[in-house]
Amino acid sequence: MRRKRTAEPYLWLLFSGGGVAAAFFLPVLILLFGVLVPAGVVGRPDVAALTENVVVRLAIVVIFTLCLFHAAHRIRFTSEELLNIGRIDLLLAVVCYGGALAGGVVTAVLLF
Amino acid sequence: MTDTAETIRQQAAARTIRLEVARYRPEQDGEPVFQSYDVPLMDDWAVLDGLNYVKDRLDGTLSFRWSCRMGICGSCGMNVNGEPRLTCGTFFTEYGDGPIRIEPLKGFPVIRDLVVDIDDFLVKLQHVQPWLIREGEELPLTAEYAQTPEQLEAYKQYSMCINCLLCYSACPVYVLDPDFLGPAAIALAQRYNLDSRDQGDRFDLLNLDEAVWGCTFVGECTRACPKHVDPAEAIQRYKLTAAIRSILPWSRR
Amino acid sequence: MTTYHAKRDHLWFLRNRTYTVFVARELTSVFVAWTIVYLMLVIDAGGPPSFAGEPWMIAINVVAFAATAFHAITFLNLAPKATVVRLDGWRVPAFMIQGGNHSAWLVVSGIVAFLVLKGV
Repeated sequence: MRRKRTAEPYLWLLFSGGGVAAAFFLPVLILLFGVLVPAGVVGRPDVAALTENVVVRLAIVVIFTLCLFHAAHRIRFTSEELLNIGRIDLLLAVVCYGGALAGGVVTAVLLF
Repeated sequence: MTDTAETIRQQAAARTIRLEVARYRPEQDGEPVFQSYDVPLMDDWAVLDGLNYVKDRLDGTLSFRWSCRMGICGSCGMNVNGEPRLTCGTFFTEYGDGPIRIEPLKGFPVIRDLVVDIDDFLVKLQHVQPWLIREGEELPLTAEYAQTPEQLEAYKQYSMCINCLLCYSACPVYVLDPDFLGPAAIALAQRYNLDSRDQGDRFDLLNLDEAVWGCTFVGECTRACPKHVDPAEAIQRYKLTAAIRSILPWSRR
Repeated sequence: MTTYHAKRDHLWFLRNRTYTVFVARELTSVFVAWTIVYLMLVIDAGGPPSFAGEPWMIAINVVAFAATAFHAITFLNLAPKATVVRLDGWRVPAFMIQGGNHSAWLVVSGIVAFLVLKGV
């Protein structure tokens, strides 16, 4: 068994934090903005007004980034288990976590 | 002939159940083949009793491991109808009229028939240093260290492991990638980590990509465990411990 | 010694219910990622984007809602495995921690819905 420094504890913490954030915030947000508002069940909220407060904007950046890290972590491991591609783990890790980081940056650019 | 033996003979004549047993004889089989045996369908027979009937009466060439017949030795683990089970504690009554398909534990090389090679696990077990580590004590160890019921309770559940390897067979991560340290070894490491008498530090042994971080928490190890050890919980708890220690390097446990 | 090594089972996740639920649970992450991308589009457009009202789009988002809700239930259920909470030596049973998690989820969802719909 190889002994070496590992990034997994930090990735796991991001994954776990993202899992909690996704559990608490995403079902209600996708239900409202993805289903009920477009279907006309409820009125159209003013998103610009909702994100006016800088604390709200910071919170959104943090929550989105964490959720994306959560998804990246699971997609990395699950694709390796389902598709037997463990040997390209490093590449997958770069693509998945890199994508999550990029998503966080884009969210920040959109909001600030 | 005693009455009991007579009763058994009559019942045996009346009803049978079919065992489909995986045979692998390296001198003649390139891969395992199934062989069927009809054995008496007794309400109080376990699958292991059926296999022993085969061995004694029908086919002496069948190979399998067993010892205690009471769920303690951990040697009769096999795949029964696709599930890893202790065959001494898995009864015919569970399977109706059968047939019952008996295969060696998944995830291990097959030596012969139902006998698997567990050397890989023995290496892993040793890797986690599953013993009490004391510092600065000379042999022979004579001091006693009393524990409170709470201190015993902290690790007792993990000490129930009988090394039967059902959890390894149940774990898709291990079956797909045998480098994974695996459920029982990590649970046993936790058994000593959580023991108040232990002064060892297994962080470097467990905080590895192939150790706790290889686990994706399928949870089937816990379901398979016949002794309620809950290896999945042991691994998740150590993930949290290792993660906290990674960000706070001076903290312990 | 000649030993037999079983070939890789490519359909391992169909072999029992736990495996299948596990893979379903992990694949919710695809919809978590989709939800974030969609919400980024919402922020960009100042509200649901123009194509959001298309039936196929609503269908995708209904699935995304179901997947994220499944994620929430399974993820919050697993939490007590990593943390052992003891009160005066008594180990708080898993169902209480899970119940607390699910209650917190409902409360947070209620607050978010209230804040979003307050001005509507």
